[in-house]
Parts: sequence; C-alpha cells; structure tokens
Amino acid sequence: MSRAQEFRTGDTPLPDIVILTHKLSREYDMGSEVVRALRGVDLQIRRNEYVAVMGPSGSGKSTLMNLIGCLDTPTAGEYWLNSQKVSDLADDDLARIRNKEIGFVFQTFNLLPRASALHNVELPLIYAGLASRERRDKAAEALSRVGLADRMDHKPNELSGGQRQRVAIARALVNTPSILLADEPTGNLDSTTSQEIMGVFGELHREGQTVVMVTHEADIAAHAARVVTLRDGLVATDQLKAA
Amino acid sequence: MRFFEAVRLAFMQLRAQKLKSGFALIGVFIGVAFLIGAWSIVNGVNSYMTDKFAGTLVGVNTFHLRKRPNFTPNVTDSTWRQWARRPRITFEDANAVAAGLTLPVLTAWSSEDRGDVQVGTKKVSQVSLNGATTKYFDIRNIKIAEGRPFTTQEDKAGAAVVVLGNDLADRLFEGQDPIGKFVRIRGIPYRVIGIAERRGNLFGISLDKFVVAPALSPIQREVNPPGVIDALMVQAKSEPEMRSAMEEAEAIMRSRRHLRPRQDDNFALETAEGVLTFWAKINRYLMIFGPGLVMISLVVGGIVIMNIMLMAVAERTREIGIRKSLGARRRDILRQFLAESVTIAVIGAALGIGAGIFISILLNVATPLPATVAPSSIVLGIVVGGGVGVLAGVYPAMRAARLDPIAALRHE
Repeated sequence: MSRAQEFRTGDTPLPDIVILTHKLSREYDMGSEVVRALRGVDLQIRRNEYVAVMGPSGSGKSTLMNLIGCLDTPTAGEYWLNSQKVSDLADDDLARIRNKEIGFVFQTFNLLPRASALHNVELPLIYAGLASRERRDKAAEALSRVGLADRMDHKPNELSGGQRQRVAIARALVNTPSILLADEPTGNLDSTTSQEIMGVFGELHREGQTVVMVTHEADIAAHAARVVTLRDGLVATDQLKAA
Repeated sequence: MRFFEAVRLAFMQLRAQKLKSGFALIGVFIGVAFLIGAWSIVNGVNSYMTDKFAGTLVGVNTFHLRKRPNFTPNVTDSTWRQWARRPRITFEDANAVAAGLTLPVLTAWSSEDRGDVQVGTKKVSQVSLNGATTKYFDIRNIKIAEGRPFTTQEDKAGAAVVVLGNDLADRLFEGQDPIGKFVRIRGIPYRVIGIAERRGNLFGISLDKFVVAPALSPIQREVNPPGVIDALMVQAKSEPEMRSAMEEAEAIMRSRRHLRPRQDDNFALETAEGVLTFWAKINRYLMIFGPGLVMISLVVGGIVIMNIMLMAVAERTREIGIRKSLGARRRDILRQFLAESVTIAVIGAALGIGAGIFISILLNVATPLPATVAPSSIVLGIVVGGGVGVLAGVYPAMRAARLDPIAALRHE
C-alpha cells in the first residue's frame, strides 16, 4: 500500500487521513476463554474515500465497525479519527464523537418507531444541544436531501423499507459527520431498493462524504472504490478499484 | 440535552403509553389525595376545636369548678373510683368561691342531665336539661333570639321558667310562637320565656337541643341531688386573670375541704385547655398514623413507578441504544428517564391534590366533620410527589444510562 502513511506509535496521522488504526486489537473475555476478535488491524482511510469492509462471519467486521463507530474501545492499539486519538477516550467523550463525527446507518434502520421522520432526524441535533427551531430546519433540509421532503410527519411504520433507510441516512448526515458508517445498509431491502440506496451513497460520496460500509454482499461492495477484506481478525486484502 | 427537552420527551412518552402511565400515576395519586384529605380534616378540626368547640362548651377565659373533669379521655379505673369518692360541689361551696374571688369575674352555677321535654303529646328525648344561674348565658355566650333570659328574681325564687334551644323550640312548637306557652319536664310545667339563637352543631350533635331553667327551679331535682351542682363556672376578663382566679378558687376550696398541704385537690378546676389537651392527644395520634398511611401509599406508588420504569427501560433498550449511538451521553439518558418518572409522579400528585381538595369539600358538605385544606399540605403534596418520582426513577434511570450501546442496539 504505497498511499499509506508509515505510522509508528507516538506519531500523529496526516491531516487528510480521517481514520487510522494502528495494531488495533479487541479481545472478549468470555470467562473460560479469551476471544481475539481483532488481532492488530492497520487501516487508513482518507477523506472522501468510499470503502467497503467485507469478510465472512466471525472475521471481525462487526467488532471493527463498533470500534470505528466509537461504540466500543479497543483492548490494545490506537485509533485516530479526524486527527484525534479516540482509542483512550472516556464514555462521555465517545458519545460526543459519535454525535459530531459519525453518522450511523444500520441494517435494521434503528428508527424510533413512535417518532415522526422529522423527530428521528432531529435526534442527533438534540444531543448536540441545538435550539428547537434550528433543529427543525436542519432536519427538514436533511430529509429533503434524501428526497423525503413530503414524508416528514410520517412515522416509520408508514414508510417503505427504502424510505426508512433514507430517513436513517438523513439522520446520519444531519450533523455533518466526518464519516458515514453503514452496517449492512441493504441487508433488509430488496434488490431494487438496494440499488436505490446505493445510488444515494454514491451521490453522497461524489459530494465529498467519506463512506465506510460493512457488507458481505459482493455486488454491494462493488459500489465502493476500495474493498478491505478481513479474515480472522486481520486485514486479508485491501484493493483499490480502478476508477 | 436541556431539562425542558427531557420533560417534553417525557410528555411524549406518557401520551404514547397512556395506560401504563395511568397505572403509575395511581399510587402517587392516592397517596397525595389521602395526604391532602386527611390533613384537611386534622386542620379543620383543629381550628374548629380551638375556635368553636372550646369556646362553646367551656367558654372563653373560663374555668369550671367540678367534682371531676368533664372531659375524661382514657382514665384508669382507679382514678375513676377515686373521683367517685370525692365530695360533690355544694351550693355553699359555690357561694363561698364566688364570694371569695377578689378579681372581677362572672360566675354561674351549672348542672346538666338529659331527659324528655314535652308539649302536649309531642315529646323530644335526650334533651340537655340545664339548671343554671343568670350569668350562665353570658359565660357560654348564648344569645337570646326571642323573649328574654330569666331575671335575678326568677333565679333566686326558682321560678319554673325556661329558655329553649332553637332546634328544640322548632321541634316542639313547629312554627307557633313558643313564648308564654308551657313545656313539661317530668310532668312539671315550665313557662317558655326565651328562645336562644341558633348555635349549629358540633360533630353532628345539635347544640340547639337544650333547655335552661333557674338552678333553684324544680329542674334541680332532675339534674342533681338537693343542694348540689355540677359546676361553678367562672369567667375572667383575660387569661392571666383566669389563672389568678383559679388559684384563689383552689385556695378557697382547699380550706373549705380542710385539705392538708400534702393532700391532692379533691375537686377539679377545668379549663378549655383541658378539652384542647384531649384534642391535642387525638391530634398526636393522627399525626403519627396519618403520615404513616400516607407513607405506605407513597411507598407503594413509588414501587409501582419504579417497576413501570424498569419495564420501560427493558422495553426501550433498543431506543436507548439508538440514542446512545447518536451521541446521547449517560447523563442525557439518565435525565430522560428521571424526567419521565418525576413527570408521572408530579402529575399524579397534582391530580391527587385536586382529589384531596374535592374530598375535603365533600366531607364538609356531606359529613359533620369540619375539613379545610391547609395550603402547606398542597406544597408538601407536590414536593412529596416529585420526591417519590426522583427516588423511584433513579435506579431504573441509572440502569438505562449504564447500558452498553452495542448490546442495546442488538436487543430485540
């Protein structure tokens, strides 16, 4: 990988590297045995890259995803997000990072069922401490961006799967995060809708958004410009697609 | 997340889960309603006792010289036996005390029993029959609505004349003018010379069902053995004067009874205080058991809220995960759930206050119990309700705040 920075412990990543992991490890103590989900992952993702993370189940995809998403902390190694070392931050700081730097898109959408689309999109802004009018405006704008301007007052159960995932994308983008982190974003969608959502992702990428997507479907991964494959808690392959 | 935001969220949640929130409300609702209601009774009775009861039954700045106290809650058998052995208050005792008091006081004899009063074939039973002297009306603050009280001459002569209580006059004469007519007590006719003003009732007992006749009139045979009265009433101008008068009366009686310094009084000097002491005792029990009952219902209410909140945390684990993934800190989640339980509790308390006020109004109208809502009890109701909300909410909210976001997101 010629394009990567030679990184040693104690270094600081270059400014255009959004995600940098260095010997990132995560072990789970299951009582009788210790499961080593990640065994030292080195990964660098630049601004405005579109990366798909693949791998069979048990390869450590989800663990890596959780660590990159600041939902979990590594047992060893470093994780730098947007030139900030987040691998040893405390709980509340991680919450702040999740709020400001990361936009999640989940396989199961994870919308609040009783809240309107607009309120769902507002949520990250509530925790960012924005005033209610500003929240409303920003949330409405984000929903328009994903083509749901006319569905703002609908509850999730009044929306189709594709529309729900669009609401989730609007919610992920509303706080202008450094990375859009998608975990099997098309796993619960039919192929037509999947293509539609991939279209949205492609467009966001063209607009300059950094996108990291975990998937086990090769045809979905094909939409990304770079495919990283994990196997047994290590990076197995890292391929750039010819543009 | 600001506090206001948390409360708004709480209201959204309550609206979404009406039934569950309703159940959670009930505990605090009952507790606070009971608190306000019970307190209003205590409060009402309290002011009633001090303002009306003591003044009406005993008289303001008044003491009674009696064989034994009239208000005798919880006395032992041996005390009763001792009281029974005491000599009675005689005419001579009463005269000696009345003559011996140096302070300006009003004195009156008073003897009472219950019996029938008849007019023709009409009979009213259980009437308070009083043998008294002229100042009795002043001391007990009985005003004459029609006719007149008896004169000193009638008093001295023991004339068979009578003043009727308002209620009794109505029942015996039913619209006719009773003045100048006769009533019969144990077959003896008495001429009605006056009707007292209406005095209302006390704990449902009419204060207008009485007759007052001169102490020396034939009524004395109905109320006491010859030469004996129940009480000498002494009213002073002020409380300190009443105290001095009591000391004087005690000294006079002790010397008349030839009591040695070591011996106890074998008579009683009773004031309104005695009545109030009795009430204070009841009050004390109410103050012990009342809050106890309120506490129990609030604890139950708190447990209900806590359980419903724990259920809510379990049900909304995924929501908590989502919120955490979007940047909610522990304290945001804590605040959200705490705001919810406090909101439930405070709404319950507010409704409880409404119900408590309603109960007290209902008591006032429908029962003889005098009840008035104490403003302090409303404040306490809100504070206690909110407190229950906080206490019941802390544990579930902490559980919610501590959830691991990854596990919470995966939760079905």
